[in-house]
Amino acid sequence: METAAVQTKKGLWSGGRSPFNVSYGKLMMWYFLLSDSFTFGAFLISYGTIRFSSNYWVDHNYVFNSFPGIHANAPLAFVSLMTFILIFSSVTMVLAVHEGHKMNKRGVEKWLMFTILGGLAFLSCQAVEWTHLLTTSHPVLVNGQIEYWNTTTSHNPWGPRVLFEGGLINTPGPVAFGGYFFGITGFHGFHVSVGVILLIITLINTKRGVFHNRGHYEMVEKIGLYWHFVDLVWVFVFLCFYLI
Amino acid sequence: MDTVAHVMTPEQDSAQVKRIWKAFWVLLVLTILELALGLTIYFLEKGEPSAFGILSIKIVIIIFTIAKAFYIISIFMHLGDERRNMIMSIGIPALLFIWFIIAFLTEGNSIRYYRNTDAKTIKYEQQHIRHQPLNIPPGAENKYKVNH
Repeated sequence: METAAVQTKKGLWSGGRSPFNVSYGKLMMWYFLLSDSFTFGAFLISYGTIRFSSNYWVDHNYVFNSFPGIHANAPLAFVSLMTFILIFSSVTMVLAVHEGHKMNKRGVEKWLMFTILGGLAFLSCQAVEWTHLLTTSHPVLVNGQIEYWNTTTSHNPWGPRVLFEGGLINTPGPVAFGGYFFGITGFHGFHVSVGVILLIITLINTKRGVFHNRGHYEMVEKIGLYWHFVDLVWVFVFLCFYLI
Repeated sequence: MDTVAHVMTPEQDSAQVKRIWKAFWVLLVLTILELALGLTIYFLEKGEPSAFGILSIKIVIIIFTIAKAFYIISIFMHLGDERRNMIMSIGIPALLFIWFIIAFLTEGNSIRYYRNTDAKTIKYEQQHIRHQPLNIPPGAENKYKVNH
């Protein structure tokens, strides 16, 4: 295959080997990720469409302003931590792939371990965030009465704030927010969970020496592609829900 | 990339590791800049900022995000190291997103316009609805308590 790379263009498509110079599995992983990006894209763009069609949308700096253990207004703080965790786990993943190229079994094991820990840390953060949103109730002014609403797929206590009997109180916000937020971050969290399971299987197989005996660590590379894709999606989820 | 293990010289090895960490620092710095801009929006919106100013900051954040996506795909996913025709087979279908985003956001805008004007039968002046009203009297902020 090394010598094949210098063949002419005609030889490239004449069959017998991959004109893309990648294995079938890796190419199909790329095409799967392309199709998955359209799934996520469709979700995020439909969120954008609904947001553009509304006169008011929630102010994310007031919805996501808490940090576990600290009773202070901290907009963006917790989600920044989640983002840093995911970026870091992406780096440890690419280092595992790099050690795989060098056939360094111990190196692959070490970096895969860090990546799994990063993935679990991210999932824990997401669990904390969801629990906070679903269990904290906020006073909402509904038809002149004060009700206490949690942030769910059917209730949104984050509408515009009004003055009521000398105090500042939220009014009901667009219901679509909860559905999109929990739907999209949940779908992303599901991808992370699948990624962690795949990484654990890969780690076990690495420890058993399966890839070493096979003579290449391409499986680590394929899982790596998936893991980076999950990070890539988070970059856009972070943008759409927390930054703009 | 082929399926056979690469034989790397120590120089190539350390160059590749350097490249990975450089991408990490670029991603980290871009994320921190995004956060700084996000917080800038938060503090600006406590007053009465111009809609154009906020939109400009948001556009800069979007550009940073696209830069991050480029780094992840080209360095971490090694797409930049693949053959050109392979890059094209991934990249060209992804261009559909440009049409997808423009078409649907325009659609959303149009829906809002038709709702507000009752399908163009009534006149409507777009007003900016804020989460936090201006001129809050003292003590009003924390009158109603949140249940944890």
